[in-house]
Amino acid sequence: MEKAICNTTIEVNEEGFMINFSEWNKEIGEELAREAMIELSERHWEIIEYIQDEHRKEVPLSIRKIGKSGVVDIKEFYALFPKAPLKTATKIAGVPKPASCI
Amino acid sequence: MLENNGQINKMMIILSKATLENVYAAFVLANGARMEGIEAEIFFTFFGLESIHKKKLPHLHVATVGNPAMHIPTMIGGLPGMEAMATKMMKKEMEKMDMPDVYEFLCMLKDSGVKLWACKLAMDMFHYTKEDMFEDIDGIITVGDFYKKAEGVGTHMLFI
Repeated sequence: MEKAICNTTIEVNEEGFMINFSEWNKEIGEELAREAMIELSERHWEIIEYIQDEHRKEVPLSIRKIGKSGVVDIKEFYALFPKAPLKTATKIAGVPKPASCI
Repeated sequence: MLENNGQINKMMIILSKATLENVYAAFVLANGARMEGIEAEIFFTFFGLESIHKKKLPHLHVATVGNPAMHIPTMIGGLPGMEAMATKMMKKEMEKMDMPDVYEFLCMLKDSGVKLWACKLAMDMFHYTKEDMFEDIDGIITVGDFYKKAEGVGTHMLFI
């Protein structure tokens, strides 16, 4: 379905995840973060950039992998994106929801 | 109308076994809950305690006897070394799937905000002390304490 955001429209699925990563830009990321009630700090951006890099490399994401990334540990990840961090962070980053259980 | 629209807010998982497949089931369910923003707590009782016992947790095995889904005849599953072999094979497969070992998984659960409780009755029965256990458990509690912690709308309880 289509979603109006930042004076443009993006394609999202029923859970609000963007379908075309190419449509993402920083402004949209900021707006998606506001919707998730998260105020983005520099730390948030570092993680979002890491997630996008992994997505570009087609590496599947998991909490364990993020914890071992050297970018952030699991504790801080949960603190920065409270409630469902991997889901929230990937949604803001404009990449598909990871199909991981760990 | 379901209470709370049926939304799950908290998973209270009771782990009573220490066979690898059961331990992983409990850990994946708890971790998966946290990943969805659901609270999770695990109550380790009876043999489940072995999965938080420092000396025992690195050596947990899959059960090769009495498990028809292993497709190993019971008589053969009981032979010396069978459990160790099956466990080794399973661990290899799990590593391929990015599954952590038991100790790392416990650390992950703690970092994700899962609460880990040891059952007082079982601790006493096995003569375990707090020092024997994984350093980050949240405490040793009674069944009554655990029920108290389960209070609230949208809590689900699961026995493994």
